[in-house]
Amino acid sequence: MLLALVLIPLIAAVAIFFFGVPARMSAIVAAALNLAIALFAASSPDTVKISLQVLADPNINLNLALYDGMSTVMMMLTAIVTLAAVFSGTCPDGREKLWFSSSLLIAAGAMGAFLSTDIFFFYAFHELALIPTFLMIGILGRGDRKATAWKITIYLGLGSIVLLAGLLLAVNQIGSFAFEDLKAAGEHQNAIALLLLVGFGTLVSLFPFHSWAAPAYASAPAPIAMLHAGVLKKFGLYGLLRVAMVVCPDGLNHWLTLLVWALLANIIWVGLVTISQKRLDTMLGNSSVMHMGYIFLAIAALIANGENHIALPAAVLLMFAHGISIAMSFNLVDRIENRTGTLEISQLGGLAKTMPSLAFLFGLVAMASIGLPGLANFAGEVMVFIAGFYGWSWDCCGGQLGIIQIATIISLWGVVISAVYMLRGYRNTFQGPLVKTTENATRLTLIEKAPAIFLAAVLLIVGLYPNIILQLLK
Amino acid sequence: MQSYHLEFITVGLGFFLLMFEAFTNGKKSQLGLYAAAGLAVILALLAFAVPAPGSSGQSIPAWLENFYQYDAQARFYKIIALLTTIAVLLMSVDYSKVLNRFSSEKKNDENTGEFYCLPIIACAGLMWMASAKSLVSMFVALELVTITFYVLVTYMRRNVGSLEAGVKYLILGALSTGFLVYGIAWIYGSTRTMDLSVMAEFLNSHSELISQPALLFGLALMLIALGFKVGAAPMQLWIPDVYQGAPTPITAFLSVASKAAGFCVLMRVFSPFMEVAGISDKLQIALLIIAGATLLYGNLAAISQSNFKRLLAYSSIAHAGFLILGFAYGDQNAVSFYLGTYLLMTLGAFFILSIVGQQAESDQLSAFDGLGKKNPVLAMSMTIIAAALAGVPLTAGFYGKFFVFMAALKNGANWPILVIAFASVAAGFYYYFKVLRNMYWNAPANDTAIVVPTITKVCLIVLTLAILIVGVYPQPLQCLIGG
Repeated sequence: MLLALVLIPLIAAVAIFFFGVPARMSAIVAAALNLAIALFAASSPDTVKISLQVLADPNINLNLALYDGMSTVMMMLTAIVTLAAVFSGTCPDGREKLWFSSSLLIAAGAMGAFLSTDIFFFYAFHELALIPTFLMIGILGRGDRKATAWKITIYLGLGSIVLLAGLLLAVNQIGSFAFEDLKAAGEHQNAIALLLLVGFGTLVSLFPFHSWAAPAYASAPAPIAMLHAGVLKKFGLYGLLRVAMVVCPDGLNHWLTLLVWALLANIIWVGLVTISQKRLDTMLGNSSVMHMGYIFLAIAALIANGENHIALPAAVLLMFAHGISIAMSFNLVDRIENRTGTLEISQLGGLAKTMPSLAFLFGLVAMASIGLPGLANFAGEVMVFIAGFYGWSWDCCGGQLGIIQIATIISLWGVVISAVYMLRGYRNTFQGPLVKTTENATRLTLIEKAPAIFLAAVLLIVGLYPNIILQLLK
Repeated sequence: MQSYHLEFITVGLGFFLLMFEAFTNGKKSQLGLYAAAGLAVILALLAFAVPAPGSSGQSIPAWLENFYQYDAQARFYKIIALLTTIAVLLMSVDYSKVLNRFSSEKKNDENTGEFYCLPIIACAGLMWMASAKSLVSMFVALELVTITFYVLVTYMRRNVGSLEAGVKYLILGALSTGFLVYGIAWIYGSTRTMDLSVMAEFLNSHSELISQPALLFGLALMLIALGFKVGAAPMQLWIPDVYQGAPTPITAFLSVASKAAGFCVLMRVFSPFMEVAGISDKLQIALLIIAGATLLYGNLAAISQSNFKRLLAYSSIAHAGFLILGFAYGDQNAVSFYLGTYLLMTLGAFFILSIVGQQAESDQLSAFDGLGKKNPVLAMSMTIIAAALAGVPLTAGFYGKFFVFMAALKNGANWPILVIAFASVAAGFYYYFKVLRNMYWNAPANDTAIVVPTITKVCLIVLTLAILIVGVYPQPLQCLIGG
């Protein structure tokens, strides 16, 4: 059954590209089918498992399973965002095959990566998803698409190779590819940890390897931006939690200070960069880079104290929440550009008058991204900050703050920064007098609203009842 | 069917077609199809060859047993030789227009008959190389192949590029032959035998010979000569010019079959010495230096290429670096596996280049501009092939590099060589994706559709599917190598 989750989008993509089946319809059916299967699999996580041996020496297996709650959460995230993505964006005439088949390929790759319980396929499926991402940005991107696409290709290509080096070194130490055999490596922990941090970090846009992200998301067609920022990017965080934390805990501890500096740069530096953005799409792209800092903070807290049982659920919950909210933002921004023809904040204004439902939905996702209670991101961020102070008290540490606590205090300023750029962006786009670009904007149709409403509902449900995710992570 | 009969049948097929060509009138490119069909029959016969690898019982007759062996490795490299030759002949059939234009004054096919027969002779040589057991039979087979290639490379005699390539190949090839013979002489002088299978035993029982400069000198000469055949630095200089100038099917032939057979011989010649303490460490260092230099040269030089054929030439140097790296760490199966996948990817790339290059009348990367729009299926096939060449997982190309890296890590590779190898993978990623950039991101220069002839289409579908299947399920290929 888990194999179906990978095969359905894959087969649909091949059928669309080569055999000319109706592109949009089959993509929607495949995505909906996948969500249904994912829900079913999540309800009975122990019964579904698949194992195929592809190579005897070294022993490599195509193992798909819901390894633990983290896999289940990521599987749900992938299925939800995929369904929203196939409804998003406007496909240029005559490119339907390319558009829908590459979206489905990315979905299949991401699904495979999160379900694999074997380092080999975990890595391989991610690469499968990357290539259509590169190509689509170069083919159908906005603005300076070629330069942007080449930049993301080189960054993520290099990141993947550094990652591969780290994974191979780890596998060589451990002697097995299977997740259940992973244990702390005997030697070279520091080298493995650095390679994995840089490799996974590049894929998640950890400072200073982040500069590909904002232009790529601004340029990418809506479904691609949604799938990459929402789902595929989480692969790096998932990998750090799943592989790096197990294989090289001491090595990661060795580089903890470096990681903390990098994540603070993500939150504060990139946060300030975000404030200065003049376009909505680059603002959201940068904000996505910035929010990765919080998840890294949770990971850093877990590295500093392996007993920290809040950090992991906090990271996973925030990954889920961010995935949904960033996908929703890119969906809505694409609609704004579709109606007004521009995303320059200075050329927009008063859109709430002509497009009230879009204004409401955008306001909702902006609030989610800032961290308004009641929406999923709040639950995640609060837990991250609590995790930062986990195990610390006046008595135990003589009143001295540790590195994680100081980082947490600084990171709290990120919430203020988010509020500044999100509210400013919202005000300039939706409030004030109508301007030339916005006065003739027509309202969204129901089908255009559907993906955003769907994602908003997920944000609300998880925000009001975060236990729906957290119970999986026990 | 005795395994050595196959070589005789192959030579016979080559001579028969030469005669057939001389005494009949017909389209010469038909010969290519007959030849491919004949080789396919031989490939099928290979399945019934005795003695089957792994089975006991010596059935190679006495007059041959000093020169010829048949084991799993020999079988694998014979398969590579036959498959490549079949593919090259089929590619030649679709390449016949260019060939006609440059081979005769009247621009018809009157001078092209031998072009479809000579690859069969070369194939027989390649098959014999796979089975060579002594330095003599190895040398004879190698020369049979090389001399055939002198003719084939320069076949388009009215094309300056082809002539230049031929002359360069001839001069440097002759030089390397000199090194080879001289090296054989020194090794024979030191070990008193030509038979590779008894050398290790002999040296282990005569340890006073090991430290002698004579033996090491002979080995160094052999390494230079075989390095020339496989395109390893610093003997790689001929590759870009010859590959670029030769007719595209012959470039594919050189790039795959000649390299594979070269590696088979390299492993046969040096693996006895890899087992001798006192020589193995010296040999390993030499191989590692060569591997590092080859990787650096091939990958760094490939980055700036704008001609796709030349890019493939540098990429073939780069692949040679990985292959030598795998052998330096003693994993011959990794080398064989790599070559098996290399065959699929490289032949696919040359099939596409042959079609696109003919219709755009240029081998430049810009000939691929807008292919994603003009012929999406061909572009998709090229995407998969380029990804495989770059070593993206879930394609065959990944496993080749993967095995080499695992062998290196397992045998305690030191940091510099690992850094060079990973940097090479990264560089490869860059220059193979340049092709994708041209295909998808650039607008087409004109609107003429690219038509893919049926033969090429079938071959490409087979190769592309094989790349994906091996990429997901490599077990069968590994079994074939393991015997």
